[in-house]
Amino acid sequence: MENLIALLVAAPLLGAAVLLCGGRRLDRGGHWIGTLLAVVSFAVGVLLFTDMLGKDPEHRAMHQALFSWIPVEGFQADVAFQLDQLSMTFVLLITGVGSLIHVYSIGYMEHDERRRRFFGYLNLFLAAMLLLVIADNYLLLYVGWEGVGLASYLLIGFWQHKPSAATAAKKAFLVNRVGDMGLSIAIMLMFTTFGTFAFGPVLESTSETSEGMLTAIGLMLLLAACGKSAQVPLQSWLGDAMEGPTPVSALIHAATMVTAGVYLITRSGAIFNGAPDAQLAVVIVGAVTLLFGAIVGCAKDDIKKALAGSTMSQIGYMILAAGLGPIGYAFAIMHLVTHGFFKAGLFLGAGSVMHGMNDEVDMRKYGGLRKYMPVTFVTFGLGYLAIIGFPGLSGFWSKDKIIEAAFAYDDGIRGWIFGGVALLGAGITAFYMTRVMIMTFFGEKRWQPDAEGNEPHPHESPRSMTIPMIVLAFGSVFAGGLFSLNESFVKWLEPVTQFEHPHPVISVPAITASTVVVLLLGAALAYVMYGRKEVPVTAPRGSLLTRAARRDLLQDDFNHVVLVRGGEHLTRSLVYVDHTMVDGAVNGTAAGFGGLSGRLRKVQNGFARSYAVSMFGGTAILIAATLLMRAV
Amino acid sequence: MSFPLLTATAAVPAIGAIVTAAVPAARRSAAKWLALLFSLATLVLAVVVGVRFDPGGDRYQLTESHAWIADFGVRYELGVDGIGVALIGLTALLIPFVILAGWHDADPEETGSKRWRPTQGFFALILMVEAMVVLSFEATDVFLFYILFEAMLIPMYFLIGGFGDRAHAGSDEKAAAQRSYAAVKFLLYNLVGGLIMLAAVIGLYVVAGNFSLQEIAAARASGELNMATNTERLLFLGFFFAFAVKAPLWPLHTWLPNAMGEATAPVAVLITAVVDKVGTFAMLRFCLGLFPEASKWATPAILVLALISIVYGALLAVGQRDIKRLIAYASISHFGFIIMGIFAMTSQGQSGATLYMVNHGISTAALMLVAGFLISRRGSRLIADFGGVQKVAPVLAGTFLVGSLATLSLPGLAPFVSEFLVLVGTFARYPVIGIIATFGIVLAALYTLVLYQRTMTGPVKLEVAKMPDLRVRELVVVAPLIALLIFLGVYPKPVTDLVNPAVGHTLSDVQKKDPKPEVEAAK
Repeated sequence: MENLIALLVAAPLLGAAVLLCGGRRLDRGGHWIGTLLAVVSFAVGVLLFTDMLGKDPEHRAMHQALFSWIPVEGFQADVAFQLDQLSMTFVLLITGVGSLIHVYSIGYMEHDERRRRFFGYLNLFLAAMLLLVIADNYLLLYVGWEGVGLASYLLIGFWQHKPSAATAAKKAFLVNRVGDMGLSIAIMLMFTTFGTFAFGPVLESTSETSEGMLTAIGLMLLLAACGKSAQVPLQSWLGDAMEGPTPVSALIHAATMVTAGVYLITRSGAIFNGAPDAQLAVVIVGAVTLLFGAIVGCAKDDIKKALAGSTMSQIGYMILAAGLGPIGYAFAIMHLVTHGFFKAGLFLGAGSVMHGMNDEVDMRKYGGLRKYMPVTFVTFGLGYLAIIGFPGLSGFWSKDKIIEAAFAYDDGIRGWIFGGVALLGAGITAFYMTRVMIMTFFGEKRWQPDAEGNEPHPHESPRSMTIPMIVLAFGSVFAGGLFSLNESFVKWLEPVTQFEHPHPVISVPAITASTVVVLLLGAALAYVMYGRKEVPVTAPRGSLLTRAARRDLLQDDFNHVVLVRGGEHLTRSLVYVDHTMVDGAVNGTAAGFGGLSGRLRKVQNGFARSYAVSMFGGTAILIAATLLMRAV
Repeated sequence: MSFPLLTATAAVPAIGAIVTAAVPAARRSAAKWLALLFSLATLVLAVVVGVRFDPGGDRYQLTESHAWIADFGVRYELGVDGIGVALIGLTALLIPFVILAGWHDADPEETGSKRWRPTQGFFALILMVEAMVVLSFEATDVFLFYILFEAMLIPMYFLIGGFGDRAHAGSDEKAAAQRSYAAVKFLLYNLVGGLIMLAAVIGLYVVAGNFSLQEIAAARASGELNMATNTERLLFLGFFFAFAVKAPLWPLHTWLPNAMGEATAPVAVLITAVVDKVGTFAMLRFCLGLFPEASKWATPAILVLALISIVYGALLAVGQRDIKRLIAYASISHFGFIIMGIFAMTSQGQSGATLYMVNHGISTAALMLVAGFLISRRGSRLIADFGGVQKVAPVLAGTFLVGSLATLSLPGLAPFVSEFLVLVGTFARYPVIGIIATFGIVLAALYTLVLYQRTMTGPVKLEVAKMPDLRVRELVVVAPLIALLIFLGVYPKPVTDLVNPAVGHTLSDVQKKDPKPEVEAAK
């Protein structure tokens, strides 16, 4: 059975190769090849899962070693896979949601002449993401890590003829590279500390090194996670990434790739457990991002960008939970899975709305759409209830547990602070998601004919698009409850991530009650602001905070002034320095010895060859002189 | 006497050069095919060298030794170690692609050249360079190496100065002047380096009494030959200076952007992917082999210069407006990595550096040759003159993207393996330098993706709207290079197996051992 693990990656990789190299003759059926191979990968995943369930929980991890990748003295990197409960969870999420989104894309991309290439990229993404989660060492993980970055780059920039898409793609790759630097350095630190970077040996011998070293490694891993998971301060790329086709936003920039940072931290649990300072940094990053994303989400009128802010915020919850150690790992992953369902569903719903509205993304030009797209409305609505944590639905079970764990960070002030932040975030989530819901599906229609007089005729999307939405809606409703039955999810992960029961500073029922109160307050506020009165078609100027939030809390402006402008000045002045000073200095020094610069000028007038000859003549004379010297 | 395989590997392209040059004026296409044939024959011989070489065997194999200038103690002495085999393989592999890519670069009807038999000359010169480069990877006699090191400047000079890139801004006269400036700058920089090396070669002879690398190294190791500290350092600096010009290392790099910018794309590949490798190869073989103590003495300074090269080259690449100059500065950054890996003096660093030489050769060839195809279609080298090419020529854009991704060392492609090895090998001994060098990976993403974005994406520029996609000949050039980049990214073992033992020997030359991991050291 272990030998099937490689097939998880091989199937979509084959699809990518065939679709990208196959040429035009695959244009007609390419999307079926891509979808089929995604489903094959899912089927293999399910098969391995059932096999795993049949085994004793402590011995469920499977290994498959393929070949020695980079054998150099003292350095060993292998292409080898490890499939344990944590990896398995991801495999099912990635291939399951991935297959659904392949199906959805068949309809969504129907009129795009480059649909074959789109499916090639999607397959490439699946292969890279699966490699990321089944690699058995950090260097191979790195290959998947950058592989998903590449797929993300290609897909954000899928409509390359739009300068905004090309710019967004490049930005995403660059910001991620900053994070990748962290991963590189972390691997180098592991190598010099442990002599290896394979999961097993590193994670088992963390006790043999100092806390300082573990903290350093942990912080570098956190930097990597910040890049991939769009956490502050490397979050700026995610909003722009919405330039990609909507199925991409659902699969890559909501359900799977952006959660890779959570995987990395959870996988490296042994390192973080030994480095409380690094854990504190993780928790702070998570807490800051969950508020940051939520605030941004409140101000956006673009439906996808509002959802992107929400993604950032929800991943903030997961990162926060992962920073809490054994009391949080399992909940981080559980929220990751439930979020995978409802956020993918929400994005597909948004795509369905755009599909019916001539690709309009401005929610101020929606309104009352529930009448026109009932299936989208219901599935989106269930996703909405799930994400705000409505009691009984998926998000309630997972987010509530994270809030509890945050209150249990320690006995004193930290528990209160981070528990409070997590609670506040739940309220803001309810506010901005209710706002999205109301502006899109309720109220009066606000769309108007465009400049050419074409008025959108909102309509329900085709079956290939609604069925994936329905499936995901089921997950949004039931997954959380199912996972929480007998703590089955926690027990499933426990052999890998360990588990300790959190002991919050206030009682669990009190936390649950306040969560419900906070979410009702948030939703009520949104209703008062957007449901009770007509939403203006053009956005009001808004408060200072609103305006800042619309601009992603000014991070782009900061980046532009400091990094872009500063960088341009730096490179321009360096080009000048290189041209005049370095070149000049070297020529000048040489001139001191042999009149080089004078000759160079002369040479331009056509003396080049004679000079070359004379130089070789000089060489010959020197040789002769040496011979003579030897004779003497 | 056994068949002189190493001599043959250099002789075949040399004979090819003569034969090609002798083709009658009217039979130009015969000259091209002959040149291609001889380069392929060389490739076959290089493969035979690779097969016959036993990585686990003696340090130098397939050796040949003949008296040459007996009075002077100069011998025609050849031998290869794994590093040499890898680089001979790289050279022999790239030349056929260089020839194919430059198929029409010397057609008089295209260039309007009134030169005497330009086509024959162009391809003969390329083969001449190949012969000398191959032989310089084989020479174990210092004087023989020196002669080749200098002599290869002559054909290179004519290739740069005589067959410039037709895509240029401004008048033909101005372009000719720039080209001639670039060629002479190339020549003078390298000649000055060579002259200083010559002084050091003579000095070495005075001290050691012969030119044999193996004899001198053995005498040093056994204590028969003692060099005064200052003598060794001076001699080391003489050798290193020449190699650092060729490599090129900051601040001796400024000839490279001129040369690569003005030369045709295939010749630019010849410069950076093949000829410059002689410089880094010679650092490993001669600097470390002959002057181990001085090498260690100079290490901190060299590492700093290499680090400056990495960051400086990358920043300069970001600021370029000319596609080929951008690639040239990227190469300067990459040579910084190679030199850093060599002087980190760890197994990972040096194996990585050797692998880097091979991978950089392939990836730069891929990127530069596609850039050449692109430039020849538009008649301009300026980035700003392009835009939206992916819409009209998707295959060209796709291959350009793969070349770019290789240049930024994307995991899964060959350059990642070598770059990571160099970084980790440097970090193991010099953590701060390793960390600063890691910034290079962000900058590399910046200059390659900005280049891709500005040329390939966005709305289609009017001037590129009719641009044809890659032709069959061009695809034949690019596809194997890309396949190789992927293969060596996934399975670099054939090369590392070849290189590892040689690196072990080099490290024992300088008596350096890898630092132990902290956990192990504590026990």
